[in-house]
Amino acid sequence: MDNIGEILVSALIVIGATFALVGSYGLVRLPEMMTRLHAPTKATTLGVGGALLASMCHFIFFEGTLSIHELLISFFLFLTAPITAHFMTKAYLHIRPDIGEHLPKPEGGDWSTYETPNGDIRPRT
Amino acid sequence: MMSPHPPKDERSLVQRWVPHPLLTVTLTLIWLLLANGLSIGGLLVGVVLGLSIPRITASFWPDRPHIQNYGKAFAYVLLVIYDIIVANIQVAMIILFRPLKSLNTCWVCVPLDLTNPEAITVFAGTITMTPGTVSCDLSADGRALLVHCLDAADPEAAVSDMKTRYEARLKEIFP
Repeated sequence: MDNIGEILVSALIVIGATFALVGSYGLVRLPEMMTRLHAPTKATTLGVGGALLASMCHFIFFEGTLSIHELLISFFLFLTAPITAHFMTKAYLHIRPDIGEHLPKPEGGDWSTYETPNGDIRPRT
Repeated sequence: MMSPHPPKDERSLVQRWVPHPLLTVTLTLIWLLLANGLSIGGLLVGVVLGLSIPRITASFWPDRPHIQNYGKAFAYVLLVIYDIIVANIQVAMIILFRPLKSLNTCWVCVPLDLTNPEAITVFAGTITMTPGTVSCDLSADGRALLVHCLDAADPEAAVSDMKTRYEARLKEIFP
């Protein structure tokens, strides 16, 4: 029983660490800001997830208790990761107005980075 | 937004103190989970937080989100978790093995059928967490999302995939 637990916990840690490593490597390898953003928002979710699952398994197998902290951490991560990514792209669109020229335009208007809800053009920095 | 003389509050005492019963219960539960154990003291602090936080933030929630179908919401969460795992593997494969020149990165405009702000937030969050897409901006009139695709050979198919896979389900969850 202990053996199964040990194998499971180590496998989860190794899988998680591999994904975290690949995510960080993606930051180095991918060519520009927007593609780089894909690496940490995706590959690291499973990296952290693996570590959290390993922690839960450790408590179940070796301490005999159920630890639910980890579920909360992944819940908060799922809530906050998209918002961080959203802020980063908004900042990117603000400092690179030349990108804004080449974006596909929504029907009858512009993106909220460049236009206010009542149709005024936001100053481009 | 607020008029200088707000109209007299017609809501009952309970409605005023507990504007979001579900939020109150959720916050109390989260506090108990954080404390990792059940004790009278922990429960008291949890209830105080559960009552005060919704009251302080009530002005940010002009309408409360009405989830119509909790079964479908749960199924949606499972679908998204599955997609996140698939997304992680796909993006990892792209990072490790794809020649960078063969990547078809593009911006796409996703027209929205959803009007509920909470539903749009969930939709945008889902897009960011799932395969090769990051939601970047909302149109000024709130009727379209700007999405960046890491690798989409066919942008139109990517848009209709997002709409049928997630938006159609969200429309059933949020009326």
